[in-house]
Amino acid sequence: MVVPVPSERSGDGATTRLVAGGRDPSALVALLRSCARGDEDAFAQLYDAVSGRLYGLVLRVVRDPAQSEEVAQEAFIHIWQHSARYDPDKGSPLAWMLTIAHRKAVDRVRSAQAASERDSRFGSTNQDRSFDQTVEKVESRLDAQRVHRALDSLTDTQRGAVELAYLGGYTHTEVAALLDVPLGTAKTRIRDGLIRLRDTLGVST
Amino acid sequence: MTADIHSLSGAYAVDALDDAERADFERHLEACAECRAEVASLRETAAELGAVTQTAPPPSLRSAVLAEARTVRPLPPVTRTVVPLRRRPAAWVAGLAAAALLVVGGLVWSPWQHETGPGTRVVAQRVLDATDAQRITGSVSGSSATVVRSPSLGRAVLVADHLPTPSAGKEYQLWLDFPGRGMVSAGLVPVGSGTHLTYLLTGDAAKATAAGITLEPEGGSKAPTTEPLALFAF
Repeated sequence: MVVPVPSERSGDGATTRLVAGGRDPSALVALLRSCARGDEDAFAQLYDAVSGRLYGLVLRVVRDPAQSEEVAQEAFIHIWQHSARYDPDKGSPLAWMLTIAHRKAVDRVRSAQAASERDSRFGSTNQDRSFDQTVEKVESRLDAQRVHRALDSLTDTQRGAVELAYLGGYTHTEVAALLDVPLGTAKTRIRDGLIRLRDTLGVST
Repeated sequence: MTADIHSLSGAYAVDALDDAERADFERHLEACAECRAEVASLRETAAELGAVTQTAPPPSLRSAVLAEARTVRPLPPVTRTVVPLRRRPAAWVAGLAAAALLVVGGLVWSPWQHETGPGTRVVAQRVLDATDAQRITGSVSGSSATVVRSPSLGRAVLVADHLPTPSAGKEYQLWLDFPGRGMVSAGLVPVGSGTHLTYLLTGDAAKATAAGITLEPEGGSKAPTTEPLALFAF
């Protein structure tokens, strides 16, 4: 088992790649257990191990950097507070943490949407494009390449639906409207796309 | 909807359902091990996608997060929240599960109809004035609420002051617990009903063993989807 070493700031390349790639979830599990007992050092290590993943995902969905910081902070505090409730039988620690962060990001954009504050240009002009080119990427290029290859194995329509839903934070109803397909088609593409990705990436649970 | 509810697993795993759909699907999940496993595997998959969006956060975030964590106490490893009530009817939990199963089982749900009009107020007043009126007080999100039930009139009324406004997309829903039937909707509390609320519950309160209040997605649910904010055992 490899325990991640705390780095000066976020994004120590080796640590992030090792732990955040999900190849050694036991290190994250151990850190979460320590967090549950109030170990602030463990939480700092956990932050260093996953902050690039977590913040990057939130930023991708929310897009506004200031709001993304707020949402990421909320997610991290939720993780700290609920660390005792993480159940390894139900999934990997990374998936648990990113699920929390994603949900908070989606809640943020949907409430902002209700207030008509959302920039929705992505959906109408960029739907078949790849991920944001402007996003500054940290290490972990191998993981990224692997995921890009898996994404390339999807049909364009599956990929569009998965990207709009997960990275765009749109509901399947909105995805259907954005892609101009019937409602049932959008949800099927999201599911089929995810299943294909799962099988290509060899994700196990 | 029920026929192809399994196909919502992907959209659920990536938070692409609206509140009502999510509540429906979560009820389905309780009964469908296959969907639970699929959702777990698709969430793992979605987490992998994070590899291409990785971005180092600004250094200020680290200090802000660690500083805030210092002021937040980690919760103990308990899953059940404490319900502010003197007596907690065990029937609630059984009722909750039973209600969920009934819906999952595909039985047709007849939506409740809340009575409106001047007659409602008269009936509510009669319940409050009834000689056999029974008053059970509890706390809903920090504010006091009382359920008044008259077995002879067979009705119950919720009286509350300063009930906190539910967050966007949520509504308070009332329930009556019937032996053998579980939780049955007793109506949605109208939003913006002012600081003082007197609400006549739908349903035969004489046969009910408890009343409860939950927060549900707007439009209400067929069965409680959240832990009750308060329970009132008769």
